Amino acid sequence: MRFKIYRYNPDVDEEPYMQEFVLEHVKPGMMLREALMELKNQDETLSFRHSCGEGVCGSDGVNINGLNGLACITPVAELTEPVEIRPFPGVPVIRDLVVDMSGFYKQYRSVKPFLIRYDPEPEAENLQSPEERDKLDGLYECILCGCCSTACPSFWWNPDKFPGPSALLQSWRFLADSRDQAMEERLDALDGPYKLFRCHTIMNCAYVCPKGLNPTKAIGHIKALMLKHSV
Amino acid sequence: MNIPVRRFDTLILGAGGGGLRAALQLARADAHVAVVSKVFPTRSHTVAAQGGVNAALANVTPDNWHWHMYDTVKGSDYLGDQDAIEYMCRAAAHLVYELEHAGVPFSRLESGRIYQRPFGGQSREFGGAQATRTCAAADRTGHAILHTLYQQNIRARTHFFDEYFAIDLIHDDEGAVLGVLTMDIATGEPLVIEAKTTLIATGGCGQLYRTTTNAHINTGDGMAMALRAGIPLQDMEFFQFHPTGIAGKGMLITEGARGEGGYLVNKDGERFMERYAPNVKDLASRDVVSRAISIEVREGRGCGPNADHVMLKLDHLGSDIVAKRLPGIRDTCKTFMHLDPVDTPIPVFPTAHYAMGGIPTDRFGRVVMPSGDSPEEVIPGLYAAGECACVSVHGANRLGGNSLLDILVFGRAAANDILGFLKNNRYHRPPNQACIDKAYERFARWEKRGDGESVQAVRADLKKAMEDHCGVFRTEKIMQEGIDVIKAIRARIPDVRLQDQSKVFNTARVEALELENLADIAIATMRSAEARQESRGAHSRIDYPDRDDAHWMKHSLYTLQDDSLDYKPVRTKPMSVETFPPKKRVY
Repeated sequence: MRFKIYRYNPDVDEEPYMQEFVLEHVKPGMMLREALMELKNQDETLSFRHSCGEGVCGSDGVNINGLNGLACITPVAELTEPVEIRPFPGVPVIRDLVVDMSGFYKQYRSVKPFLIRYDPEPEAENLQSPEERDKLDGLYECILCGCCSTACPSFWWNPDKFPGPSALLQSWRFLADSRDQAMEERLDALDGPYKLFRCHTIMNCAYVCPKGLNPTKAIGHIKALMLKHSV
Repeated sequence: MNIPVRRFDTLILGAGGGGLRAALQLARADAHVAVVSKVFPTRSHTVAAQGGVNAALANVTPDNWHWHMYDTVKGSDYLGDQDAIEYMCRAAAHLVYELEHAGVPFSRLESGRIYQRPFGGQSREFGGAQATRTCAAADRTGHAILHTLYQQNIRARTHFFDEYFAIDLIHDDEGAVLGVLTMDIATGEPLVIEAKTTLIATGGCGQLYRTTTNAHINTGDGMAMALRAGIPLQDMEFFQFHPTGIAGKGMLITEGARGEGGYLVNKDGERFMERYAPNVKDLASRDVVSRAISIEVREGRGCGPNADHVMLKLDHLGSDIVAKRLPGIRDTCKTFMHLDPVDTPIPVFPTAHYAMGGIPTDRFGRVVMPSGDSPEEVIPGLYAAGECACVSVHGANRLGGNSLLDILVFGRAAANDILGFLKNNRYHRPPNQACIDKAYERFARWEKRGDGESVQAVRADLKKAMEDHCGVFRTEKIMQEGIDVIKAIRARIPDVRLQDQSKVFNTARVEALELENLADIAIATMRSAEARQESRGAHSRIDYPDRDDAHWMKHSLYTLQDDSLDYKPVRTKPMSVETFPPKKRVY
């Protein structure tokens, strides 16, 4: 199987280039992460992040034949050759497939991604009905891999101002939580031309999310809530 | 060499649940805390925990902490320290409520309370009917907890050193631990982080084995650092094989699958656990179920063309339960096996999962080692919590749902003790320069150029050797060979060379440092296992099939420097209740 992989090491390279690799033996059911590990055995200078190998840690997001995805849950058999692997678009490259995610994390922090309550703490758990808890399904499962935000043109344009689909999904995760008591401050913080309304429902986020989540839908919910709240 | 220095009150190595729970406690108490992690915190392996966390909330069936304590002592095959187990089980409910208050999206019962499911080894009334004790967020409980703890640390403004690799501990002439030498992975530059206390919370070492549920990062870095600092590792022979890893691949299928009503069958479709654990069947302790599966396969009743696995049936549960309670493992089965457990059984086999052993601590998280007459002398300033530590609450076999509990309870306990230590030790002490130089040497050694073996080749041989010589069933001969093989592999490491000599995000260098760590832990595990001439918990010897309390109800301590083993007694006296004396362990 043939691969073309983006290589750039600021230590030695003037500029990025695509390196060709051939993987002689493709095992049945092989995922792209295993393939990359085999290729690293051929050339140990190939750098990429990875860890759990089953799509829960969110380390190994890369751009695969033009689409962002997790290497560990992408079967190589389904990819057209030569398989082009690049780092996430729109974010600085540290080396090879390793990108600088600090801007992405900063936007995550900006939406106050934690439960805020003002009531005194009860001795036992806060009660929440199964129906209320169901509203968090499709939201809390986000693994912060960054596939969505780095596929979003609005995020490419304004990575320092626009929270991006991942952070907005997180914002809705707390707005939708019956236990959270900070709706007004959360909505206020998302108002303005570069926040919530910078989303133009392009929907790349939902298309690439490896966990099958739908940030666009979450953003729609926030917009509806904001509208309802302002009238 | 002038290495830059940063100073904090307190340092935490590792950003899994244990490290983050401790960090939160410390940051909330206004301690200046730094967390060093070789990956971004939410990539830590706590994220992969599925089934849940044990606490006797009694939301579904009657329960109390004392029953939980009994189950844990019995599950440990009487090697657990009963004071620590009492402490953990008593603290459990409070810590779970605290997590809920922090935002963990637990699944819910109709009553609005936290959802709990049955898990293996749980009972009511000290060995009676099945208990329902495991608090769950579907089958993504670790993910839910880790993300929540990270989120609360954002709120508490904890200082994170993301993608920094800890090389070795730094101490002074009197043995007080004063921080660590790290490498910034992005730049390849060394950095000394000095602190009045250091908490090792670096997790497990499942990468010792070829087929494992553990992530690539689980290389026992903290355990190996302790070994190199002259601290023994405790009970390393006890390595848990999870009964239900996906056969041949290793992805974890939660015990919660059996808790929700799934069961195992052999090639004849027989529900074979009925023969091994007539009372609780598929919800026996993990060591029991893993042995049963291995025996079924060994005796020719395995499934598949090579008769090398058994099947986990969930297809009778209905799609609602699977979709609602086990969505994560359903995804995993679809992705990796192209099967939907709603209508097709899952091929499973025991898979390396969890180290019961680790850095010896007391129930305050303080690292202890024998010194003079005392078997447990505290090392000033050094703490350990979570899988890398051995308190020991898990003894010879950990119960499912007790590892998330362990990290919460002892992450917090360590933090509380650290706050006391900081009060009494207000100023930084100067570290020993020779110690920093030695740590730097280990870091710089990988800059040697030239031809040599690759890290990958040695790592692959090491994992194969551990699988062949230190698996579910063990014998004298196999383990003695194993010691020789591991020693030969370790001897190859000085001749390993890196082809990648770049400083920028050099993952090859990280893996080289990890290989050294794994090799040190492998020999500790192999030697401890070979020496223990009995079967207890996860350590099953064909040549010594019975537990031998008269000679072996004691903890092993392996020291690297002189390749020696020592032992210390089990703390059988709980904090306030009666001792649970050892008895025959049946499920």
